Order: sequence, then structure tokens, then C-alpha cells
Amino acid sequence: MITARYHREIPQRYRLEAGKCKKCGFIAFPHRLVCPKCKSQDFETIRLSDEGKILTFTIVRVASDKFSKQTPFAVGIVELKEGVKLTTQIADVDVDKLEIGQKVKIVFRKIQEDGKAGILCYGYKAVLI
Amino acid sequence: MRDVVVIGAGMTKFGELWDKSIKDIFVEASLKAIKDSGVDHIDSIYVGAMSSGLFVGQEHLGAILADYLGMNPVPATRVESACASGGAAFRQAYLEVASGASEIVLAGGVEKMNDGADVTEVLATAADQEYEVYQGITFPGLYAMIAKAHMHQYGTTREQLAAVAVKNHRNGSKNKNAQFGFEVTPEQVMKSTMVSDPLRLLDCSPVTDGGAAVIVASMDVAKKLNKNFVRVIASAQASDTIALHSRESFTTLNSVVKAAEKAYRMAGIKPTDLNLCEVHDCFTIAEIVVSEDLGFFEKGKGGEAVLNGLTSIESGKIPINTSGGLKSKGHPVGATGIAQIIELFEQLNGKAGGRQVKNARIGMAQNMGGSGASSVIHILEVK
Repeated sequence: MITARYHREIPQRYRLEAGKCKKCGFIAFPHRLVCPKCKSQDFETIRLSDEGKILTFTIVRVASDKFSKQTPFAVGIVELKEGVKLTTQIADVDVDKLEIGQKVKIVFRKIQEDGKAGILCYGYKAVLI
Repeated sequence: MRDVVVIGAGMTKFGELWDKSIKDIFVEASLKAIKDSGVDHIDSIYVGAMSSGLFVGQEHLGAILADYLGMNPVPATRVESACASGGAAFRQAYLEVASGASEIVLAGGVEKMNDGADVTEVLATAADQEYEVYQGITFPGLYAMIAKAHMHQYGTTREQLAAVAVKNHRNGSKNKNAQFGFEVTPEQVMKSTMVSDPLRLLDCSPVTDGGAAVIVASMDVAKKLNKNFVRVIASAQASDTIALHSRESFTTLNSVVKAAEKAYRMAGIKPTDLNLCEVHDCFTIAEIVVSEDLGFFEKGKGGEAVLNGLTSIESGKIPINTSGGLKSKGHPVGATGIAQIIELFEQLNGKAGGRQVKNARIGMAQNMGGSGASSVIHILEVK
């Protein structure tokens, strides 16, 4: 992970900041320069709520090398209250008991380590409410 | 635009080709295609490759492949659209001939995946690196989430997913170029190692080295050579959000729906006019979803259709993946879109041997990148 890249994604990863289109209300997470719905380029920054529900999920049992020590782990698509959807790990859970529709909240966690001497990478994960 | 035809095809065997480099693989496929077509020169080259940079550390593929094919100074360009790179390269060749800019173009695809790279990580670069892959998701994982949603929404079953693999392996067992040209049973599929719930090892297309090439030409060239040819009657492409989570539905691939609408309109045909279709079955669920999105079956009924044999070679309804598909034939990502065209070329010319669809006149190839962010569709016809 290049530290500059990591740094510029902190608003989204640490604070769940999104861009809300001032013209049509579409919420872009992560932020975008052009609204995919109305093509407006006028956005305001909002903070997303940290509660939502699981729309679909899987249990990753074979991962890339970077995540191989974490398997098995659950990853799902979670819809937050504003209707924004994001891909996130679902942590602290018996992976065999997950179900579509379960309510979750978003928490701040370590996501990956960039090798032995690299930076620690943080961000959001979901946990069951 | 003027008529465009395919006049020759060639491919390597798909598999683990440890003794061959990416150059060897591409040149072998291209030489076969050139010989098959009978042309004495080509005007330009397009090569589809998803990630030669990460797989073997080689970019600038157009130039290096033209060089090793002995074709300098013919212009050569690499086309990248993830796993749809081959289809996209074919489309560029089609457009170049259709426009009148060239008479004879080689459209190739190649991937050398077995060379030491972390394949799971390389393939994941076709998803949103910052907002999907960062969380540890993989491609089997993304399609597993599609499968989970499809099962939840439409009641698609584990047996139906397995039926895709069983059918495609049966077809692939009749294809000498297939990587895994053997049959599998539903029980073997459903007991294979879990990769990403609910997808198991035998729901996934394999890691493959391979190359494929076709010669695309104007009708004038085809007539002069007096060769068997098939006409390209539609070429369409569409895009969708790179991230699966950004879509309104996880069970419909909008890029497939949109590209199909355009392709059917351009060809002036309906789904029922097709005699066969090669679809991008990177995972069993993908074939089910795509078979619905192409209009062969009602939404949610794709699983039932494959289990009931409606997509088998003998069925007569719509034979899907007669080549064995990505599942059995193998999936060297950049080559896949071209290999699909080759299957149509052989089928429409009546040269598909034991897997021949009777009286095949019109066929479709649907090639897809990522979790469906790109879809390229071609329809070919023989008179």
C-alpha cells in the first residue's frame, strides 16, 4: 500500500464521508466528481450513518496471499440507512450463522498489514447488532 | 459500415503450458489462424490481454507480439478490458475492417497465468481496488455474493449451479483443446472444496495459459480467397459500475442486458433465432445469470433451465457453451473472448466434431469483464 494513496482515502475509510449531489440528492461513496444520475458536478460532503443491513455475503475460504492468514472471513454488501451500499468484512461473527437481512453497525478496525515493515491499514468493518 | 467476416481461426491447447512463454503462445495461435485463412499478409493486429504486466511482467504486448510473429512494421495494439479483453480486441478488429481502414486484421488474445504470480490478487485488479479488494474480496467471492443473492431472490439451488459445471465438462470432454476435458458428476461438484460460499472449486473456471487468434477481413478478401467464412452481424459493448455494490440489482448484469439489446437490434434477430451461444461462465452462477439477461429464460429461471437440459447440445432450445465454456475449456482471461469466436466459427462451418450443433446458422459470443462491469457481445452468421 502506497502511503499517499492510503492517506488520501482516510476521509472515507476512517469517517465514512461521502459526496451528496446538491442537484438530485444522489449519494456517492466514495465521493465522485460527476454525479452518475444527473451529471451535476456540485457535491457536498456528508457523513454516512453507521447502521445498515446485509444484502448479500460470502465466506472467503481461499484468499489472496495478503489475506490468507485471515481465512475464513465473511465479506458482505451492506446497505446503510441512506441507501448507500458498500463492500465490507463482517467481523466478530460465527460465519456459518450469517443471514441476508441481518442488521449491522459499522466499526473501525484494522483491515490489513502491508508486510512486516509496511504500514497498518485501517478502515470499516461491519458487526452484527 | 461494410460487411465484415471471419476467415480463419487458430488456438493453442489451453492448460498449464509451463514450457511456453507468452510470446510462444501468441505466435502459435496466430500462425495457425493465418494459415487457416490463407492470407499472405495482415494490415494490423489487436491483442487482448488482461494483465500481462502482473502475470509475467511484460507490457507493450502489441509491439512484442508483432515482432515475434515476424510482422513488423504492421501496427499492433494491446486491448484491455479485464476478462473481456479478447472480445474487445475482436471488436476493434471488426470496427477497423467495417470502417474501411483495413482489409485484413488479426484479432488475438493471450494470457500466461501460470508463471508464479498470485493469481487471485492479479484477477482482483478487475474489481474496485480501493473499495472492494481492500476488504479482502476475491473474484470467486464477488460471484459468490451474486449467487447468494440469486438463490435468496429466486430460489436457485446448489444442484442447479452444479448442473452448469456438469454440462460444460460434458461438452469440453469433446474438445481436444480443453484444459479439463473430462466429465464430472453433480456429486463431485457439490463435494469439491469450498472456495467462497456457496461456490466450490468445481464452480470456478480454472487458471489457464493459452492463446487464440482469428483473421477478420472484408467480404472482398473472403471472396477472392474463396474460403469458408462467417459474417459478423452484430458487435456491441456496454459498461456498468465497476463495484458490484454500486448496482441496483446484484442478480441482473446490466452491461449484458444493454449490450444484448444493441446486438439483437443490429443483427435484426430475437434470442430464439440463435442456434447456440458461448457465454462467459467464469463461475457457474455467471452462466445462469447471463442466460437470463440475454433473454433465453425468464429472470430467475436460468438455474431450472440448465438442470432440465434446455442448454445442452442435444436440447434444441439454446445450446450454451458447446466448447466446454470457461469452466472446462479453461479461461486464459485475455484469450477467452477470441476462443468463444473460434467456437462459433467452427460450429457455423460444421466443423465442431462430436459437439456439433445440427444446422447451426447463427451463434452469439458473450464475453464479460470483472463482476460484469464490461460486456462484449458478437453475433455471427453463416449463409
